Amino acid sequence: MTQSTGRLRRGILGYGTHVPYYRLQRSSISAALGSGGGKGTRAVASYDEDATSMAVEAARGALRSFDAPIPAAVYFSSVTPPYLDKTNANAVHAALNYPGDVFAGDMVGSVRSTTAALTAALNDRRAVLVTAADVRTGRPGSGDEASLGDAGVAVMIGSDDDAPVIAEWVGGASATGEFLDRWRQPNWNYSRVWEERFGESVYKRLVTEAANDAFKATELSAADIDKVIITGLHGRAVRGAAGAAGVGEVPAAADLTASIGNTGSGHGLLALANELDQAAPDQLLMLVSLADGCDVTIFRTTDAIADYVPDNPVAEQVAGGNDGLDYAKFLTWRGFLDREPPRRPDPDAPAGPPAQRNVAWKFGFVGSRDRSSGAVHLPPQRVSVKGGAVDEMEMVPMADVEAVVTTYTIDHLAFSPSPPTIAVVVDFDGGGRFTSQLTDADPDEVEIGMRVRMTFRRMLTADGVHNYFWKATPVR
Amino acid sequence: MGSRGIKDQVAIVGMGCTRFGEHFDRSIDDMIIEAAHSAYDSAGISQDDVDAFWFGTLSSGTSGLTISKPLKIDYKPVTRVENMCASGSEAFRNAAYAVASGAFDVVMAIGAEKLKDNGMSGLVGASTADDGTKTSVTAPASFSLLAPAYGEKYGVDRETMKEVMTRIAWKNHFNGARNPRAQFQKEVSKEKIANAPKVAGDLGIFDCSGVSDGSAAAILCRAEDAHKYTDNPLYIKALAFTSGPGAGPLDPDYDYTTFNEVSRCAADAYEQAGITDARNQIAMAEVHDCFTPTELVLMEDLQFSKRGEGWQDVMDGTFDLDGELPVNPDGGLKSFGHPIGASGLRMLYECWLQLRKEAPEDRQILSVEKGKTLGLTHNLGGRPGECVSFASVVGSELG
Repeated sequence: MTQSTGRLRRGILGYGTHVPYYRLQRSSISAALGSGGGKGTRAVASYDEDATSMAVEAARGALRSFDAPIPAAVYFSSVTPPYLDKTNANAVHAALNYPGDVFAGDMVGSVRSTTAALTAALNDRRAVLVTAADVRTGRPGSGDEASLGDAGVAVMIGSDDDAPVIAEWVGGASATGEFLDRWRQPNWNYSRVWEERFGESVYKRLVTEAANDAFKATELSAADIDKVIITGLHGRAVRGAAGAAGVGEVPAAADLTASIGNTGSGHGLLALANELDQAAPDQLLMLVSLADGCDVTIFRTTDAIADYVPDNPVAEQVAGGNDGLDYAKFLTWRGFLDREPPRRPDPDAPAGPPAQRNVAWKFGFVGSRDRSSGAVHLPPQRVSVKGGAVDEMEMVPMADVEAVVTTYTIDHLAFSPSPPTIAVVVDFDGGGRFTSQLTDADPDEVEIGMRVRMTFRRMLTADGVHNYFWKATPVR
Repeated sequence: MGSRGIKDQVAIVGMGCTRFGEHFDRSIDDMIIEAAHSAYDSAGISQDDVDAFWFGTLSSGTSGLTISKPLKIDYKPVTRVENMCASGSEAFRNAAYAVASGAFDVVMAIGAEKLKDNGMSGLVGASTADDGTKTSVTAPASFSLLAPAYGEKYGVDRETMKEVMTRIAWKNHFNGARNPRAQFQKEVSKEKIANAPKVAGDLGIFDCSGVSDGSAAAILCRAEDAHKYTDNPLYIKALAFTSGPGAGPLDPDYDYTTFNEVSRCAADAYEQAGITDARNQIAMAEVHDCFTPTELVLMEDLQFSKRGEGWQDVMDGTFDLDGELPVNPDGGLKSFGHPIGASGLRMLYECWLQLRKEAPEDRQILSVEKGKTLGLTHNLGGRPGECVSFASVVGSELG
């Protein structure tokens, strides 16, 4: 898969990431179970996050970072897709307010899915948004539980006529092998792995093949590479991969696993994003991904990266986590602890027709602004609350507008997988008010005047329907 | 204001009210039968003398059949009304208009609610198919939004706000301890109230009204006919109702320290009744103390206190049983719980007792002794910024 010559430069136009706010200290696992755990922390998706919501947050971060074109397609990749049968990428599409002629599709199920999405995007001729996110779980006490982590990443792939390419796709190669390394039944909430030395031996051969082919195809050698990013869920194979690829002398990218864990199918792109956050022009970055084979993708940063300002750099998100999450809450959030619910009716699932009628509001947080008075209405109204003008409204996207807390309460009675909930009345900069839940916040830190921004979340799941909508979260 | 009012055109000539509480041994039918027949007995009439019925309930039944079946009403008009927490008052209001119109001679307004049979904590609302974007905020949480906003606006610190809320709960339980119909008939110490587990915001369990079952009823007729039934009727001076645009959750100009619906409703009621100085002219008020911050804000919206001074009046005992203007002398929703459809008529029942000097001696208010003749009842349904509000003024004298 070598880039053909005589075309516009193709590669990464922009990117964004979402590392969840909460961290689990690995030592809390051994403290509770007497085994497992380890040192450091792992990133934990909050109870109201899933792969789709994290993909949305990552994509929003990307779109805030550059003047992004409307892509021709949106791909969603995950090992933990919230839905089967129903396309998860459609929620991402809707949350980004993309028009109907933008294709949305999933590439889900395996860790290699993200490579599939990236490869398809690179081999396309149009702008394509690739999103990837996993909520990584393992059985209590397992290595996966401690060493993996949750995160989302989004990369917009395109050509110079879409937006300036910041990292040109130089080329790469793949090697595929059928062998038993890691597997999971669709209804399992954990993975199984084969004895690790077997996988290590197979990966070693595949890595060597893919790296050799990649260098041949790109007419590059290890000496040309400025940084190598090697990821995969087979830790032992990943540690030996630099040698197998012949890049043992090349500086290795930060793998981030000590603080957030290995975030699964999107981890390679997350680590790449972290490098791009800091990269100078004309650097060669080699992405090596080990997942049921080996995929090597080489990018060269361009002059345009000097002007690229990431909205929320990876390092800041990694450093900004809250490691106060206790293990019991972590288990509860992931469904490993079935806790007594409040003596309240089960919540209702959102109904199909109203959710579809209000898709711009529900998924995109688009309100209406009265042209005559300027009043912003959340949710959108037809009759203005200021002056009563009828149907004088224009749609106004509010998801990226910050707001300030006017009053608030801590609700111990409301249904929540993680009580108590925090309700805030927020007033948006430039107008508009909404009563929202406040998420990723401690009840003690809420105060009148606190600044918040909106974040896309899964409010609840009822009857198998995930209720996606928006919550406020502190500006940190 | 567009309402003309029906001052002194309609009289209340009989009332009934069950005890409120956890009536696990009684059905909604049992409570309706007790309240209705108590009201008939009070007016000295039989069911056959009643020409039409208005029945308020939120969720304990639909249609007039809910009362006509247990009462065996003999093919007469029965209207079931629902207006959230003001449903009982709404039955009373519409029944009064029917008499004032001349359509009927004698009517009954009755409210009832059976909340304790569903086994849930707190009130359970009906669910409608929606898009899942309404932020799920429970009733105590939405009313608790008032407290920090009020404190912020008027410079009342959090501890003082809690003391004010505690004093309201303490006062209403003090009054309820003197009422054999109340759900809770014990005084509760301020310490116990203040230290109770939190439900929402700074609201503890004792800052919230309870959940109970109950029913209350009133017999109405034209004012000129009142003395056919009783020597001591009450006369309707004002009936006001407002339902607003729900601007609070939309409009940043709303500051969560007032219910616009209530202040408009009160102004209308006072104009109908010819009241110019509510705090001094009214003998007593039964107000919708669903949560303690609600009662605080209502003192200002109902013009009993100046803006920003309600908390001080509460602390000064202005609204105590022996205060300048007793508020919720029967113990309020705090002591009675809130069987939705019944509450408005239960409030009216306290006016019926107090203004006619039939309240128990340890609860009889002094303002009536001093010659004041007017009582106010008030309900609101919904939440701060988007609610319906009802206010009535009744009096023991014509004119």
